[in-house]
Amino acid sequence: MNAVLDAFIALLPAWTLAHAAPLLVVSPLLSGPIALMLTRGKLAWAWALLISLATLVFALVLYSQVMDHGSVTYAFGDWAPPLGITYHVDTLNLLVLLLVVFMGVLSLIYGLPSVLREIAPANQAAFFAAFMLCFAGLLGVAITGDAFNVFVFLEISSISTYVLVAMGGGADRRALTSSFNYLILGTIGATFFVIGIGFLYMATGTLNMADITVQLQGKGDDRVVRAAFAFIFIGLGLKTAMFPLHTWLPGAYAHSPTMAGVFLASTATKVAFYTMIRFMVGVFLPGSVFDSAILLLVLAPMAVAAMLICSVQALYQANLRKILAYSSVAQLGYMLLGLSMGTAAGVSAGLLHMFNHAILKGGLFMAVGIFALSYGVRRVEDLRGLGKTMPLTAAGFTVCGLSLIGVPVTAGFVSKFYLVSAALERGWWWAAAAILISSVLAIFYVGRMLEMMYLQKAPQVDGKIAKGEPVSALALAPLLLLAAANIWFMFDASLPKGLADAAAAALLGGGGL
Amino acid sequence: MTELLSAPLNPAWAILAAGLLIALLPWHAARKAVMLIAPIVALGFWLKMNIFGSFGQMDLDTIGAGLTTFRFDGLSRIWGLIFIIAAFINALFALHERDRLTDTMSVLYGGAALAAVFAGDLITLFVFWEMTAFTSVFLIWRTGTAAARNAGIRYLLMHISSGVLLLAGAVLLHAQTGSWAFEHIGLEAGLAGWLILIGIGIKAAFPLLHTWLEDAYPKATITGAVVLSAFTTKMAIYALARGYAGTEILIYIGAIMTVFPVFFAVIENDLRRVLSFSINNQLGFMVVGIGIGTTLGVNGAAAHAFADVLFKGLLFMSMGAVLYRTGTAKASELGGLFRSMPITAFFCLIGAGSISAFPFLSAFVTKSLILAAAADEGHWIIWLVLVFASAGVLEHAGIKIPYFSFFAHDSGRRVKEAPWNMLVAMGIAAFLSIFIGVNHHWLYSLLPYAINYEPYTFDHIVGQMQLLLAAIFAFALLMRLGWYPSEKRMTILDVDWFWRKPGKALGRWFYAIIARLWAFAMRGLDQFFGGCSAVLATIMRPDGGLSRALPAGALAGFTAALLTLALLAVYMAS
Repeated sequence: MNAVLDAFIALLPAWTLAHAAPLLVVSPLLSGPIALMLTRGKLAWAWALLISLATLVFALVLYSQVMDHGSVTYAFGDWAPPLGITYHVDTLNLLVLLLVVFMGVLSLIYGLPSVLREIAPANQAAFFAAFMLCFAGLLGVAITGDAFNVFVFLEISSISTYVLVAMGGGADRRALTSSFNYLILGTIGATFFVIGIGFLYMATGTLNMADITVQLQGKGDDRVVRAAFAFIFIGLGLKTAMFPLHTWLPGAYAHSPTMAGVFLASTATKVAFYTMIRFMVGVFLPGSVFDSAILLLVLAPMAVAAMLICSVQALYQANLRKILAYSSVAQLGYMLLGLSMGTAAGVSAGLLHMFNHAILKGGLFMAVGIFALSYGVRRVEDLRGLGKTMPLTAAGFTVCGLSLIGVPVTAGFVSKFYLVSAALERGWWWAAAAILISSVLAIFYVGRMLEMMYLQKAPQVDGKIAKGEPVSALALAPLLLLAAANIWFMFDASLPKGLADAAAAALLGGGGL
Repeated sequence: MTELLSAPLNPAWAILAAGLLIALLPWHAARKAVMLIAPIVALGFWLKMNIFGSFGQMDLDTIGAGLTTFRFDGLSRIWGLIFIIAAFINALFALHERDRLTDTMSVLYGGAALAAVFAGDLITLFVFWEMTAFTSVFLIWRTGTAAARNAGIRYLLMHISSGVLLLAGAVLLHAQTGSWAFEHIGLEAGLAGWLILIGIGIKAAFPLLHTWLEDAYPKATITGAVVLSAFTTKMAIYALARGYAGTEILIYIGAIMTVFPVFFAVIENDLRRVLSFSINNQLGFMVVGIGIGTTLGVNGAAAHAFADVLFKGLLFMSMGAVLYRTGTAKASELGGLFRSMPITAFFCLIGAGSISAFPFLSAFVTKSLILAAAADEGHWIIWLVLVFASAGVLEHAGIKIPYFSFFAHDSGRRVKEAPWNMLVAMGIAAFLSIFIGVNHHWLYSLLPYAINYEPYTFDHIVGQMQLLLAAIFAFALLMRLGWYPSEKRMTILDVDWFWRKPGKALGRWFYAIIARLWAFAMRGLDQFFGGCSAVLATIMRPDGGLSRALPAGALAGFTAALLTLALLAVYMAS
């Protein structure tokens, strides 16, 4: 595997190797306006796909470089780190970068049929342009080593997300209000975040994240630092859809165009979660009094509340994508719970769950999108008999759904297992209990959908089973790939687990708080 | 080639593979052939195992566990054998049934139970433990009524929770010991021990955790109830015997289990439900044997589990045959069927005699091991409770079941004899019940520990016959005097000839009070849960309070409030 990668990288020109980090962000960023100029939907799609494949190459280059050297730092214009802007890739954000790039490529492959159907021809090129900007923004947030840069890229990705969600307005008017809500809340979150960065700059005089950590030594009692921490925590909490700041998420995920839903569900909150880890246990000194207080008193209760309340809420929803969206908030609760433990085991389990949740929730949104394209399925009862009429898509949905529950032989089991172990290691019985209870709730909201698919009869027209639109292979292939990945990562989780362990150990050392 | 043949093969794989094959086979005849052949292949695998040991090792690196999928030792040997026999009898009994889903699920269910018994570690056990729940629930759902559907959901909820508790305990145990192996656990293990015990207790139908059994089994399909009666509960007894032998609390739990279902069985009209209570009661004997924990006690539990699968299956099959032919299993609607179903009636009597422990029938040689173990250890009160419960068994299973269905007041129903495949299946179970009773050394040689016990002593036979004859005499006397209540719904509630002495009045009063308290508590719980779910629904509905789209201003205010909370937490921290 690695030998093949090395052989492939040896073929690349030297400049791609030297500048892989900036190219990863700059190429999709610049490709956005070009996509807009291409004006034709299919042309813009091909262009976006080409660029996303290029980013895949850059990401693989970074992967091999991080594997060889531990981390990669790229200083823009050769300005030494504390002064200039740097891009910094280590095991922590490498995992996120790989995730975003892969999901971006898969979403693009998957998305063409649905975009052609859902978006007005005049807007299709604009849709792909907004998608590429969002893609670039998320990669930028994940890769940069500069605190203010995080804010800039966060805004790039957010603003393009508002556009992507609002483009669902052609098919579903509720997309407009959802987008507006997200716009207001997202802006508040970004504002809090940038206020926090301002405070940090005031206290330390630097924006380089590594340098901030150095400057913060001995400033644990500084009120400005403490306020900065609270503002950054809430700002990022909103972007991560931390309960109860999640209210923008269900609408945005449920009413956006299918392809946007797939991509956002599997990447946007994950990148925000990464940023939260980066700031809360990376930039701020792990172990400081206020850090522990927030983790224990605010983050852990909110995480548990999300896991329980939003799982029940998912149980009561009728709209399929709403069910998945509420389940996402609950699953983010699992990840935040891992972070709130403040131990290497907890953070590693949270990261692993982030990875697994991205591949399984992406798959579920893809499957629901295919159902919608083929039979116009929107609600749970519309799933009747799809196990028979669309066996492949239903099988993909089933595997990802079982992974969401955490059934053994799927990836979801592995990360939940590590979460429970981490909770027990920390002595948090209640957290382990909450994970188990929430998993039982997941059995029921997933089981409800599976029961409709496999045990109910398909609707009939004139005594014959109703025929749907044929499924495009382009849409089906990424779904099946993700379903296979959900089984693969049960038996060989060395890639995500290795990166997550290394990242957690680098942040928190062996022991943690 | 010879190496391959001599390698140890896990019988469970034969049955699980057959289950998957059946799911794909579109032809009824082919499915039935596979269902019948799979247990025979599994039996072949079982027979050629001539050494004890752990086989089928697998490494699961993702969670750092080495799995043992096939542990063959004294305990798993006998359970493996009876599950294989049960799988064969079940397949035969269901030979006429044209239903791919039921075929698939009942075979997978049996295979999962077998695999769980052979599991050498807690992870493997958990996987198959949950699989029995997910496969067996279809046997309940397949009845198709709303009642069965709801009972199935309640059943699933209980059994999933059981598995979750098992897993939680296993993880905890692993944190303490660093091992996943499934060996003796006991309550010394602290919280982990309790979690696993409760998880097993749900499947073993401990008192208060038992409701799923009487709720779901009578609502299962005709063949489904027969299949269900064999596996789940006996698998749980196996797990108890493996992990909790000698745990004293089990003696008392088991004693309660032997007694309380008797009262419910007495007043129950649905004969399949009576049998469900009877399962609960027989499990009690096994739990007591495990709680005593001596080699005799564990041997008794294993032997009784073996016999129970046969005679309980036999009784469920005979009631299934009655239900199949008449469409009802209610005592008040049956009677006099011996005229039209004489062979079924004969097999039912064998089953009734076996469960009541008549000499030369199976329970006589198995239950007595448990009673002897209790006596050996000086548990005299427990011994008396078990004797009392044995008499209760005779009343509700030994007399009530055959009497009300085949004899008693003639219901006037004239139906055909049961189908031949059901008769053969019942015949095999009846033959084995007699075979064990007569040739007890064969069964004793399969028990986990060496045994030196002779059931056919003068004292034992005479004592048992006194108990049985007194009960039958009382029954006959009542019939003669015309005091025996006729088989109507209301009068069955009054079948209390069992405690005719002074205890009768007290017992009735006590029962009435308990029943009222129970009804009151249930009503209260119903109201509580009804209220809760109404509140939940108003909050959680798609248009409910929590899910409604709030105005952006309110959300902004909300965010600010949370920021205040975070700022406070940050400032207060010291």
